Amino acid sequence: MAGGMSYNIDDLQDLTAAEAYGKVLVDLGKEYPEIVVLTADLAKSTKLGVFFNAYPERSFNMGIAEQNMVTTAAGLALAGKKPYLSTFACFASMRACEQVRTDICYPKLNVKIMGTHSGLSMGNGGTTHHATEDLAIMRSFANMTVVVPADGIEAAKLAQASVEHNGPLYFRVGRGFEPPVYDTMDYDFQIGKARTMAEGSDITVIACGVCVLQAVEAAEELADENDVSVRVINMHTIKPLDTEAILQAAEETGKILTVEEHNIVGGLGGAVAETLAEAGVPCKLKRLGVPDVFSVIGYPEELHRYYGIEIDGIKKGVKQMLDIPVDDEDDAH
Amino acid sequence: MPLHNISNRQELVSFLKNKCVDIRKMIVQLTVTAGGGHVGGALSMTEMLVVLYQHIMNIEPSNPKKPDRDRLILSKGHGGVGICPVLCDAGYFPKSEMDGFNQFLSPFGMHPDMNKVKGIDMSTGSLGHGLSICVGLGLAARLDKASWRAFCVLGDGECNEGSVWEAAMSAKHYKLGNVIALVDKNKFMIDGPVEQIMSIEPFEEKWKAFGWKTTVIDGHSIEQLLDTLENLDPPDSQTPQCIICNTVKGRGVSFMEGQGKWHYGGLDELLEKQALEDIEKTR
Ligand SMILES: Cc1ncc(C[n+]2csc(CCOP(=O)(O)OP(=O)(O)O)c2C)c(N)n1
Repeated sequence: MAGGMSYNIDDLQDLTAAEAYGKVLVDLGKEYPEIVVLTADLAKSTKLGVFFNAYPERSFNMGIAEQNMVTTAAGLALAGKKPYLSTFACFASMRACEQVRTDICYPKLNVKIMGTHSGLSMGNGGTTHHATEDLAIMRSFANMTVVVPADGIEAAKLAQASVEHNGPLYFRVGRGFEPPVYDTMDYDFQIGKARTMAEGSDITVIACGVCVLQAVEAAEELADENDVSVRVINMHTIKPLDTEAILQAAEETGKILTVEEHNIVGGLGGAVAETLAEAGVPCKLKRLGVPDVFSVIGYPEELHRYYGIEIDGIKKGVKQMLDIPVDDEDDAH
Repeated sequence: MPLHNISNRQELVSFLKNKCVDIRKMIVQLTVTAGGGHVGGALSMTEMLVVLYQHIMNIEPSNPKKPDRDRLILSKGHGGVGICPVLCDAGYFPKSEMDGFNQFLSPFGMHPDMNKVKGIDMSTGSLGHGLSICVGLGLAARLDKASWRAFCVLGDGECNEGSVWEAAMSAKHYKLGNVIALVDKNKFMIDGPVEQIMSIEPFEEKWKAFGWKTTVIDGHSIEQLLDTLENLDPPDSQTPQCIICNTVKGRGVSFMEGQGKWHYGGLDELLEKQALEDIEKTR
């Protein structure tokens, strides 16, 4: 691991995913003088302010000007720096979309893009601040790597892995109140390699980001309550996609339910569907996520429930796929 | 076509001043209901919005889509808690509609949605879009030979966005005297003072260099706002107009004034009480 650093749960458990990432980045900054950080008036909000404090001379607040920030990062990368930039996921993927594609992905520059407040985590910020398209957009750019850490621990693992990762990388984290999935850093994290969180044989739930914890807990409840054996896969890397894990799940469980805090179009569910269709394996598929609408407002937990991407929604989805009757309680949303 | 029928100048000024006090209190209360809000920048633009909606704009709250109305685009769309009380007070909707502000399925959120909130002319929230909307509105009004105006309220930090200047360039190019920009120059953005984070100075000269007729006023002075906005060049004039309003972020609340950290915040009971008292003192 880069820097030989290791963190334990006590170092990270009180940190949000963005904070955990920022902490690791500060440590990496010691070893890699070529790391530079940029933000667009969101140093505090995206938690990279810690890097600004530690290395003011290598930190650039570009003001509220995301397009300029992204292409400035490209210029820094061209001259041999390792830029990390941060803004809200909606602005990283949409405001500066062409800059990301044409100035970073096309020349294959070494720029790491952190989109915070992703998915529905901006809750009552509403549609302008929800980011339920970023995975679809970023995934469609050649040369781009797209990662969705499940929690702060995984964000820290990603930070470590990112420094020696060559080329453009986009990753998204939430606003910061998401409960952790992992209780240790002591696991093998590789970009592009899915992690099986629970073994199972009746059905596979493939989730990413905040939905991983929900899937893990849903699987436990389904085992207890319905004697169903659910495999849970944490597909933290949306691109390059671990197609092997998907096809194996299709073959061994015959049913796949995808869960993401994203439009069901074009993100994790879309990527899994493409993989299954092209391989021609017989497998039932259902995608949970935001059903191609501009999402309503509310606290993230309420929205997760509304769109059925939390425990109850996942349980309901699994039951429907397994033809287990769904009772009223599951229907609460 | 003001919403009031006061003809005496002095009476009008004190009527509008009193409104600002009431509106600021509503902002504070909404911030509480909402569980937090962009309160600093809401309090800095109160006089601007009150003078526009109550006195300057041709609007009819009972007929919010009246075709020949003046439009107002809140380009600093995070000012939801700032503009909604003004619209409510103007009569677009009853106060009770805002009871669940920011809550699950509420039509009211941090950033106003034109399809859910009466009186909102455009959904905003991503900075740097509003002035381009006004260019489009201004062009449409020209095509229709209509005499309404498009007002745009921008933040000073927002003016970091390149798109603001693309819009400024095109408004001048198309000679849109029916486009009026008001900048709420409260000198702060999220990460700190605008001049420290990304300087916009010399600001007045920038607008002038882009060909705009530009005035700088005290954005909390009802008198100056009235004088400026009552004397705009007519909508069929050829030069877009920018009014730079010097304001104080968090205006009216002692512990917020000029404190960048109150860009976004929540208020407990004690702070709410203090804020309401401070505001009442400005009456
Ligand atoms: C394109 C875009 N980038 C970033 C943000 C996040 N953001 C919301 S408010 C704000 C600061 C705005 O400062 P200013 O325009 O001065 O507004 P005010 O001080 O009047 O509230 C930022 C960066 C956004 N809403 N849109």
